[in-house]
Amino acid sequence: MADWVEACAVDDVDEEDVIRFDHGGRSFAIYRSPDDEFFATDGFCTHEKAHLADGLVMDDIIECPKHNGRFNYKTGQAKGAPVCVNLQIYPVKVEAGKVMIQIA
Amino acid sequence: MAGKVKRDYSLVGESTRIAIETGLASAEWYHTDVPRKTMKELMQRSDSPAIRDTAIWLAAILGSAAGGVYFWGTWWCVPFFLAYGVLYASASDSRWHECGHGTAFRTRWINDVVYQIASFMLMRNPVTWRWSHARHHTDTIIVGRDAEIAVMRPPDLLRTALAFTGILDFRYSLPALVRQAFGKLTPDEKSYVPEMEQHKAVIAARWHIAIYIATIALAVFVHSWIPLVLVGGPRLYGTWHMVLTGLLQHIGLADNVVDHRLNSRTVYMNPISRFIYWNMNYHVEHHMFPMVPYHALPRLHELIKHDLPEPNPSMWHAYREVWPVLLRQLKYEDYFLKRELPPTARPYRGEFHEVNMSAAAE
Repeated sequence: MADWVEACAVDDVDEEDVIRFDHGGRSFAIYRSPDDEFFATDGFCTHEKAHLADGLVMDDIIECPKHNGRFNYKTGQAKGAPVCVNLQIYPVKVEAGKVMIQIA
Repeated sequence: MAGKVKRDYSLVGESTRIAIETGLASAEWYHTDVPRKTMKELMQRSDSPAIRDTAIWLAAILGSAAGGVYFWGTWWCVPFFLAYGVLYASASDSRWHECGHGTAFRTRWINDVVYQIASFMLMRNPVTWRWSHARHHTDTIIVGRDAEIAVMRPPDLLRTALAFTGILDFRYSLPALVRQAFGKLTPDEKSYVPEMEQHKAVIAARWHIAIYIATIALAVFVHSWIPLVLVGGPRLYGTWHMVLTGLLQHIGLADNVVDHRLNSRTVYMNPISRFIYWNMNYHVEHHMFPMVPYHALPRLHELIKHDLPEPNPSMWHAYREVWPVLLRQLKYEDYFLKRELPPTARPYRGEFHEVNMSAAAE
């Protein structure tokens, strides 16, 4: 059974930005798109161990800070070398000013 | 850290095993603290600076080529080809590099187009080199892991000097493309190019070779050297500026450390070299924050220089500093130029920077 977990407050994430959220020994990245929607993915790049929360959000792309690998953070799709493996994404909802993510 | 063990620069050998066992491979590297808001501003992408610089670059290439061809057969063609060679074979290195990182332009496809063109100019396989450069950033100057260590220890000074002519690089690059075009990758290449990407390297090499064959055919057809002087040839006579600036990135500094302040060098350069080199003279800054585009590196430098070693004030100063180190490494390869951090800087894993230098003084 997947649990909904409170990740952060809405105001914790700037528009077109990302923050880190750690829970249960795992690490996630929480995104706020330019359209003011929230998304969540695994925190670490699938290429090497660099946290995406230090990366750059551009439109619907997150760029890894280590090797500039790019993912679509809405779908998790890897957009080409040096990232070849897609990113795990998680359902997100906003309730009472809190960003909740569903962790399996 | 390497002690008396002879360095093995292959990527599948003894040094590779040691690097993995000691935690030097894929390690956590030092970063100067920069507030997230500031770093976000520095990382912002824009098309306009790179479009402006690329337009100037391409116009200068076309102009110098036109002058060289117009004055062909007279001495007047020489200065035009000297300029053309540097623009073709040296400036393309920094364009290859920045577009490979995807930081030059905000628009992705422009990065990719310029990356492919620059790779061709450099006789570099755009696939293998993309992956080797990713490894260079993961394991910068880690022996047995980094595929882009320009001067290995003990230094081969003749080879280093010949690098300025482009002869050695040409001799390596062209046969490598031919080999790859026949579908053969070396064990080193296979160590950093994922299996699912290897076929792309073969296809890219075939395209490059096809263009070179077409260029040779054109030269034969028109009974002229001009096609070869314009395409491929500059790799021989125009590489010197790339080597002049690029060698300084890491030469003579520590290997097997996990702090870019200790193994990379920032050098102040003249504006022309900085244009050709696209600000890669801020090399510590680039390695520490590869997400920052070339045009924002001077700002980043001003922001974090309190935490970095003193930059070299000129290329001349840097080479004067490096020369005696290279000479000493001929006898004692563990010797290196130890970078001094400013008193306000935070040290990081200094144990990797400690080595017994007493033997070097003998």
